[in-house]
Amino acid sequence: MLKRADGRKPEELRPITIRAGVIEQANGSALVQMGKTTAVAAVYGPKSMYPRHLRLPDRAVLETIYAMVPFSTKERVRPGPSRRSIELCKVIRQALEPVIFLEEFPKAQIDVYIDILQADAGTRTAAINAASVALADAGVPMRDLVSAVAVGKIDGEYVLDLTSEEEDLTACDLPVAVIPRKEQVTLMQLDGDVSPEDVKKLVRLALKGCQTIYQKQREALKRRWIDEGAK
Amino acid sequence: MKKEKEFVLPGDVLVKSLDWLPGKNCYRDGEEIVAKKLGLVQIKNRVISVIPFNSIYLPRAGDMVVGKVVDIQSNGWIVDINTAYDAFLPLAGMKQFIDITKTDLSTILDVGDLIYAKIERVSKTSVYLSMKDPLCKKIQTGRLLTINPAKIPRVIGRGGSMVSIIKKASGSKIFIGQNGFIWIEGGKEELVIKAIKLIDREFYKEGLTDRVAKFLEENA
Repeated sequence: MLKRADGRKPEELRPITIRAGVIEQANGSALVQMGKTTAVAAVYGPKSMYPRHLRLPDRAVLETIYAMVPFSTKERVRPGPSRRSIELCKVIRQALEPVIFLEEFPKAQIDVYIDILQADAGTRTAAINAASVALADAGVPMRDLVSAVAVGKIDGEYVLDLTSEEEDLTACDLPVAVIPRKEQVTLMQLDGDVSPEDVKKLVRLALKGCQTIYQKQREALKRRWIDEGAK
Repeated sequence: MKKEKEFVLPGDVLVKSLDWLPGKNCYRDGEEIVAKKLGLVQIKNRVISVIPFNSIYLPRAGDMVVGKVVDIQSNGWIVDINTAYDAFLPLAGMKQFIDITKTDLSTILDVGDLIYAKIERVSKTSVYLSMKDPLCKKIQTGRLLTINPAKIPRVIGRGGSMVSIIKKASGSKIFIGQNGFIWIEGGKEELVIKAIKLIDREFYKEGLTDRVAKFLEENA
């Protein structure tokens, strides 16, 4: 069996902590830590959409703003949008859009700000996990939460939730986001070279990992509204 | 099937049956009725719904709201009422007749002014206000408190029971905006604020009115 640098089994997630309601002035917020990777998400809205010409007459606009803070990696990240962060904004938005009832707020806008405080691979999946908890926390009407995790293949073995060390070794990197109740996939990207059979098995592994994350997300929201509310 | 007052999250199946109807904050998905927001289950007759814990304000005709004037136009004011859309207060919605050829509208309501107004009409993406109700006025003194709009029904209480005991204990005038703003004028303002903060913290508990009554007695 493959030995991982942090002592995990191949099909084991990194330790996850999720906290909802971390930002006072946002409508909803969440902090997600998957190992060292840390993401904070804050939801503002639904509110009036500006600039006006970008308003959609039949539904709200979901705006996801993903950013890595300058101190999130070993080498300083230049602030401001980059080629990479623009792509991530788009894929995160597309991963979340299917679960939100955007048609309930025509001409409006929902902002989701996601900051990566510390990056150790899997920032897009941590960002999606945080954003979905923050949206639920804000009371935005949703079909379900969204959970996400990345999988890879190292030395012929399928591994769940890669760290950045493992990302250098893996034959492929496959982040997956799912709507857990229906097991519908809202995000799937693939870097690297693997066979179609491998992809099937990897996606199945990712679905399993997402279910665990989904439970953590639920616990976090319950803690925020039932247990912490009692203080 | 979920029980009355059970905590649910978006995506939770409330009931799997065609005998029930989806109420507020739920949707039907095939045979199932599923929650849209996190909150507590409410069952009334054959309708199953969710009372949300957190929500932005959804305007309804007849609601009283606190708004902030954000713009002046030739035929009225644009007012921010803390919802997804800006509200419009037309000249026809004012108590007095205004001759726009002779009056500068900013002398009546200027940008930044706060008003206590009534929602006259709501369409899908627009809200119209009116100041004709005797309760409506420009807010000039007192204090403004913000709480989550989803908790406003608890501040009012059943048939206004909660707000009336707070009014009685503090001697303040309290105007509640359904959009999450509470305007307090005169009396023991500090006491009102503390009582409302208590409701804010313990909104989901039963016997809240008694708790607040006890708190007011102890701190009066």
